[in-house]
Amino acid sequence: MLTISTGNNAVAAAVKQANPAVVAAYPITPQTEIVEQIANFVTNGSLKSKYIPVESEHSAMAACIGASITGVRTFTATSSHGLLYMHEMVNWAAGARLPIVMANVNRALGPGWNVWAEHTDSLQARDTGWLQVYVATVQEAYDATLMAFRIAEDRRVYLPVMINLDGFSLSHITQQLEENEIGDFIPPLVLDHAIDTKNPAGYGCMTSSSDYFRIRYDIERSMRDSVGVIRETEEAFSKSFGRSYSWTEDYQTEDAEILILSMGTLGKEAEVAVDILREEGIKAGAMRVRWIRPFPNLNLGDRELVVIDRNYSFGFGGILAASVRAKTGRECYNVIAGIGGQEVTYMDIAGFVRNRRIGEESWFGVDA
Amino acid sequence: MSGTSATEYICKCTSACAGCSSSLILRHVLKAAGPDTVLVVPACCTSVLQGVWPNTAFNIPIYNVAFAAAAAVASGMAAAFESLGKNTNVIAYAGDGGTVDIGIQAISGALERETNFLYICYDNEAYGNTGMQRSGSTPMGARTTTTPGGKTHKKKDLDRIIAAHHLPYMATACSAYPQDLVKKVQKALSIKGPKFMHILAPCPPGWRYDSSQTIEIGKMAVKTGLWAMYEREYDNLTINGPTKAAMIKPTPLEDYFKMQGRFSGLKEEQIRTIRGEMERNLRMLKAEAEGC
Repeated sequence: MLTISTGNNAVAAAVKQANPAVVAAYPITPQTEIVEQIANFVTNGSLKSKYIPVESEHSAMAACIGASITGVRTFTATSSHGLLYMHEMVNWAAGARLPIVMANVNRALGPGWNVWAEHTDSLQARDTGWLQVYVATVQEAYDATLMAFRIAEDRRVYLPVMINLDGFSLSHITQQLEENEIGDFIPPLVLDHAIDTKNPAGYGCMTSSSDYFRIRYDIERSMRDSVGVIRETEEAFSKSFGRSYSWTEDYQTEDAEILILSMGTLGKEAEVAVDILREEGIKAGAMRVRWIRPFPNLNLGDRELVVIDRNYSFGFGGILAASVRAKTGRECYNVIAGIGGQEVTYMDIAGFVRNRRIGEESWFGVDA
Repeated sequence: MSGTSATEYICKCTSACAGCSSSLILRHVLKAAGPDTVLVVPACCTSVLQGVWPNTAFNIPIYNVAFAAAAAVASGMAAAFESLGKNTNVIAYAGDGGTVDIGIQAISGALERETNFLYICYDNEAYGNTGMQRSGSTPMGARTTTTPGGKTHKKKDLDRIIAAHHLPYMATACSAYPQDLVKKVQKALSIKGPKFMHILAPCPPGWRYDSSQTIEIGKMAVKTGLWAMYEREYDNLTINGPTKAAMIKPTPLEDYFKMQGRFSGLKEEQIRTIRGEMERNLRMLKAEAEGC
């Protein structure tokens, strides 16, 4: 079915298809539309979920944890300060090996109050044990949400998945959306460690120093195993619905001499920048990194790299650039752009490439 | 005890302190609740006395959660069991710190949403498993490791905060009155919706008395009138016998204080404040019970 949808409504539409037993959520701009739409579905009976209108994000994730450990499908959505407020339980969800799916609408952090797009919120949660995917279109928000349930609930993974979409520049824009009848694309959840009063067990007990690290390593082992599960899921999705995804979305990269790396909606602007640069004779390509956890093996060759970070780790640098350097050993020109919804056009991005200074970092609007 | 399960759900030799009343309370709670029960436990003494992974001293599923999260986790669990068509009891079992301090927002939310669960606060009047730091539930004058000169503030009136949520059932109880406690747990679990119990749990190392005195101390708390025992079903308050007796002929408060090392620095003026608060509480309960 072809419709016109916002990014937020596309997420809600996918959740409706996935049919979680429990949704616990707290509203926050710019995520609010997701929970409003789910509340509408539950009220009009088109979604049979138990909807828990919790009093905080900490409780939203806590309630998802309590529901998930009984073996049922769960969903929540948040943004920015909401994600920070639930951070303790975000860690708990992964440590407890619960396949919770959450949409995070990326937004800047206060002070000052700023509701516009930035990735520092979710990137602060990158070490929690959650899988993280960043999307750039309304269709991709829908597709990634559907796939998230299948990936999280796979026995080889049993880890939560976070779908990240840019506040306003994706959450509130409208694009064409193809909704599908998903059939058995997401198999019924079978959680091996679900609570069973007939087979009582202790969960999350005190754990000694001689055992704790094994349990943490087990998270990493599943994170590594998730690489194959993500690939399988994206291939199965492509086969079923005809839309293909991978670790990165590559545009004109085959013969490119310069790559623009970015995340989220700026990656789409970068594609237009590539067209402009190519008209000028600059062989640029755009690589939009979709998965941040697990972090992909990037095929960068020996091309020059311009990395745009819509985030920042103070005292260190842009987080995507830092990750690229750490994983590939390659230097780059790191541009910090789009912070707190700062306007960044494809013309600006073309300028970053023309004025690149490999090995340096620049803040757009300050020194770039 | 009559009317409870013969099965023990807490194995012998837990890591609880000698004379621990909170594990005694939990023993009775679980026997009253029976095997189709899940316990949700935030950070508190009960997270410690289960033992160390992969062992557990409990014969019932226990879900350990972060300090502030017990009521919210129980909310999700109750919703999930409802969607699965299961009648499993969901009991949150938390200390006073996890209830009156860090957990109170989640509790208020869960009660307001009419979550079908029983929340039990066992109140040892301080952060017990970390070595007795002050909580909002610590009484005035009591020495803790963070109030070495005695607490200068009053004990938080948790029960009236809970009562403001207008619950189908709430009750206070004391570890020294196990039959009363069991009846209240059974009654609570027979009612659908949010239920709350606040149970006094004397603590030998924290309150600084000999572990053999745990039951006696609990009885003294009730006999003085300091710990009032009652049940409230929506607007109907029933004051229980021991507290009715204390209203008529209370044991002197000083007798209770002098049994416990934590009150060794209690000042006359603080005793007056505590007595004033106690009398106000009993007066309000009596007026409510008499419907005036």
